[in-house]
Amino acid sequence: MAAVVAAQRPAPTDGVAAEAIHVENLHKKFGQLHVLKGVSLSARDGEVVAIIGGSGSGKSTLLRCINCLENPTSGIIRVNGEQIRLKPNSLGDSVPADRRQIERIRSRLGMVFQSFNLWSHMTLIENVIEVPVHVLGVKRSDAIVEAEKLLARVGLAEKRDVYPAYLSGGQQQRAAIARALAVQPRVMLFDEPTSALDPELVGEVLKVIGDLAREGRTMVLVTHEMKFAREVATHVIYLWNGVVEEEGPPEQIFGAPKSERLKQFIRSIG
Amino acid sequence: MSAAARAESTSTGRSEWLQPHRIVLIAIAVALVLSAIFFMRWDWLPNYFDLALLGIWRTIWILVVTCTLGFMLAIPLGLAQAAGPFWLAWPAKAFCTVIRGTPLLLQLWLLYYGLGSLFPQYPWIRQSDLWPILRQAWPYAVVALTLSYAAYEGEVMRGAFAGVPRGQLEAARAFGMSPWKRFRRIWLPQAVSRALPTLAGETVLQLKATPLVATITVIDIYAVASRVRQDTFIVYEPLLLLALIYLIITGILVFAFRKLEARIPARLG
Repeated sequence: MAAVVAAQRPAPTDGVAAEAIHVENLHKKFGQLHVLKGVSLSARDGEVVAIIGGSGSGKSTLLRCINCLENPTSGIIRVNGEQIRLKPNSLGDSVPADRRQIERIRSRLGMVFQSFNLWSHMTLIENVIEVPVHVLGVKRSDAIVEAEKLLARVGLAEKRDVYPAYLSGGQQQRAAIARALAVQPRVMLFDEPTSALDPELVGEVLKVIGDLAREGRTMVLVTHEMKFAREVATHVIYLWNGVVEEEGPPEQIFGAPKSERLKQFIRSIG
Repeated sequence: MSAAARAESTSTGRSEWLQPHRIVLIAIAVALVLSAIFFMRWDWLPNYFDLALLGIWRTIWILVVTCTLGFMLAIPLGLAQAAGPFWLAWPAKAFCTVIRGTPLLLQLWLLYYGLGSLFPQYPWIRQSDLWPILRQAWPYAVVALTLSYAAYEGEVMRGAFAGVPRGQLEAARAFGMSPWKRFRRIWLPQAVSRALPTLAGETVLQLKATPLVATITVIDIYAVASRVRQDTFIVYEPLLLLALIYLIITGILVFAFRKLEARIPARLG
């Protein structure tokens, strides 16, 4: 009994912030391809965890396993101390055993995608209030007030009634961040948020994410922007070929990397 | 031309709409109408006026009912083909292929002369409460036209469902929407707006398929025109009027769909 309770609850805090995301020994196979080979990750409240690595290293897959957009093959995932209940499916993956549980957990994880994925049949304000109103049950008028604040915050107040297709990539991504913020996320998940942007638009998006990081939001961030990761991350994970090759504070990872592969990777990125 | 004229009238004001070439065209149209009125025979018209109204009404309700029911069937048919498991996708595909691959007239006759003559052989059907309906012709017309519309639109909706970007559905999933909510809030609205221009055309085609019901004794507006010809031996006038009536209904349909499309954001993507 005591063991079960311990497994369900966040690790004892002893002065440290509670664990918002806990991933343990995560495996993911796509058919024969073993993409993640026992990865562990932990993000405490207020931490900004940056996941870096070459293409094909499994970093996006790792992020997408946290909210089960990708079904892990095996492993333990805890969000705010609550373990996602998984059950095996016919393909050999583990799928969420309780749809309501995973939907509840997802609704408090603000996810930002590489390709924005704003809902194109809704204006920006409709995009931002959609989840609060239709998933979280917030009153529409309250949601609109909140959404207007969020749009103003990402610099899109005057675009509230515009459809996403009429906006630049940078504006769309900022709106997508507002949409993620609208669910009052415990943790924000960023999946290469600037990779699909024209170079001149990257800065405006990084600025918004940087501000969020500095105000102490908990984030897990997959990124190619090394300079940015060094600036805002509190913890950096270097993924290589499905395993954590090296991890630590940014000064150590970027300043004094131990692993030969990481050194090479940092050199190649410039 | 009418689209260009409309664009111009909204951009430059109504006064410039009447330009020389338009005045000439209007004059020709008026001359045609007047000559049709004065040089052709229309004395039969008052005798058939009530019947014609009844025919128009029947044509319109058959169109509306079969399109509405057909579209409601088309959504699951399209969804099954776009995203369903094979045991749903295959029957849906087979249904659409068979219905689209055979003449509507054949389906209509198979239903009416086939099923329609099969039913009376079963006493329990004859004694059922549905019999007063089943012994009439219109239920078979409605079923045949509904199935036809459903099959064509099922194919359209399949493409529309498949065309909604995966990423947007994934975003809905990532924010904790239930499957039903994802369908209702994200997938269906975008699929319908994608399909709308095609639906407008298909609905006009459906209108022009409705005269087939006259072959199974349903008195629509086409059947009225035939009746006039048989009774009076006047051939062209009823047919001309018939053409005009179909044109007007088509115009109303196109106008209504255009209004509907205008409410949808122009650039989905």
